[in-house]
Amino acid sequence: MLNNEKNENDLALLLNGAKKPFSRRNFLGVMGAGSVLLATAASCKKTNNGNTSGVDLGSGDTGVLNYAYALEQLEAAFYSQVLATPYANMPASEMAYLTDVRNHEVAHREFFKAALGTAAIKGLTPDFSTINFADRTSVLASAKAFEDLGVTAYNGAGKLLVSAAYLTLAGKIVSVEGRHAATIRDLIMPGSFADSTALDANALDGARTPPQVLAIAGKYIKETINASNLPTN
Amino acid sequence: MNLQNILSEIEKKDPEVLEKLDTRRNAMKRFANVSGKVAIASIPLALGSMFKKAYGSPTSPSDIIIDTLNFALTLEYIESNFYIQAVASGIIPAGQSLTDITVLRDHEKTHVAFLSAAITAAGGKPVSFTASQFDFTAKGTFPTVFTDYGVLLAVAQTFEDTGVRAYKGQAPNLITSNDYLTAALQIHSVEARHAAHIRSMRYKLGALVPAGVTLKPWITLNQSGIGSTAVQPSYDGEENVTQGGVTIIGIGGNTFITAAAASEAFDEPLTKDQVTAIVTPFFA
Repeated sequence: MLNNEKNENDLALLLNGAKKPFSRRNFLGVMGAGSVLLATAASCKKTNNGNTSGVDLGSGDTGVLNYAYALEQLEAAFYSQVLATPYANMPASEMAYLTDVRNHEVAHREFFKAALGTAAIKGLTPDFSTINFADRTSVLASAKAFEDLGVTAYNGAGKLLVSAAYLTLAGKIVSVEGRHAATIRDLIMPGSFADSTALDANALDGARTPPQVLAIAGKYIKETINASNLPTN
Repeated sequence: MNLQNILSEIEKKDPEVLEKLDTRRNAMKRFANVSGKVAIASIPLALGSMFKKAYGSPTSPSDIIIDTLNFALTLEYIESNFYIQAVASGIIPAGQSLTDITVLRDHEKTHVAFLSAAITAAGGKPVSFTASQFDFTAKGTFPTVFTDYGVLLAVAQTFEDTGVRAYKGQAPNLITSNDYLTAALQIHSVEARHAAHIRSMRYKLGALVPAGVTLKPWITLNQSGIGSTAVQPSYDGEENVTQGGVTIIGIGGNTFITAAAASEAFDEPLTKDQVTAIVTPFFA
């Protein structure tokens, strides 16, 4: 867990590191000024008055990144639990895949946490009570659901971003989620990596809005997620 | 001929002309450049091209979108023609393998139709290619591409991984259009599914996978997992472990996030020039 001081360092790192893959000017252009990211976090707390049970994702690109952070928290927690209590007779090949996926999802979660710094939402509490971690079918079905959902979430969130740099970063992650989704699907049923339950008639993956995604993901998160301040187009 | 006066006259009729051309300052700068550098006889031509930018259809923002969609369509033509020939080659083992490659063929054909329609709807002219315009031996680099199943899958993997990186690199060009950006993303993740599946097929087959390499559905460092240096440009850069200024190795105190895991967790974009250089040998 990062403390606040660390988070501020991470923000500074993000802003300074912006010269490389990020354009500092683009970043500031989006945020208005570097300090606005912090101001946004403060204003979110205000917005939250009277709604203390909900976790406010915030607005603008920051809100979209927090939305991704929430989903990555969910995925990382899921695969961590899968590895902590592996189903019986898990083949070495499946253990290897699921370990890799856990590593990737933790990397995604920690990346968003570091990138958001003090604007990051809190650590969420997963609720996996509907998943039987002792059962391969239950675990892989859940993994498939999370991965397919993640793909549609990122596909739907791309247009909400203003910053091209963030769009590229989201793109770097979503294709890895697509690789995960295909792999998990093939574990369940060979050849189902991109079947008609995932793709539409134009051979396109889905794209879901944040409310559509959170309606599905919400049942695995104890806290209520407040996405009302996210951009809608 | 006084260009500044011409512009002023037009501005009286259409106050937004300068905005359409660009910002006023940039427009003036361009006119200054034109006046300074272009021979007087060619000024009407230069003026015409600037006016086309302002008034012509398509205007410059949608020019970018149509160019980008046509670039994507070109890649889909390469992939669909590749899989059409692959399925017709008769060397893909019957059963799951042939079923899967046929699925890929049909997806890519569908993407060609979808993008062609999208470009037409956007007021553009979709590019078009026929089978004879491709050379999947890449000028002799892969002479056995349709006679050796291992080579066929290796080339397929390279196309899919390159496609993922190409779409990713082009997404920012579509940021001004919600619909086209979303559609491109919806294809992008399908290419990633394809890439993962082809890599799994190659893992099972084992052909052309270098000794000591465990081929995974995701890209580890800049490893192609293909015993050929010809495909390396499709993988260079994938070893990146710094994202938005954040170091991913060991992030959050998680020591299991090694350089390999950090590189796998993020796919990297390729520029249009990089992709063009990679696919050019596949055109006859």
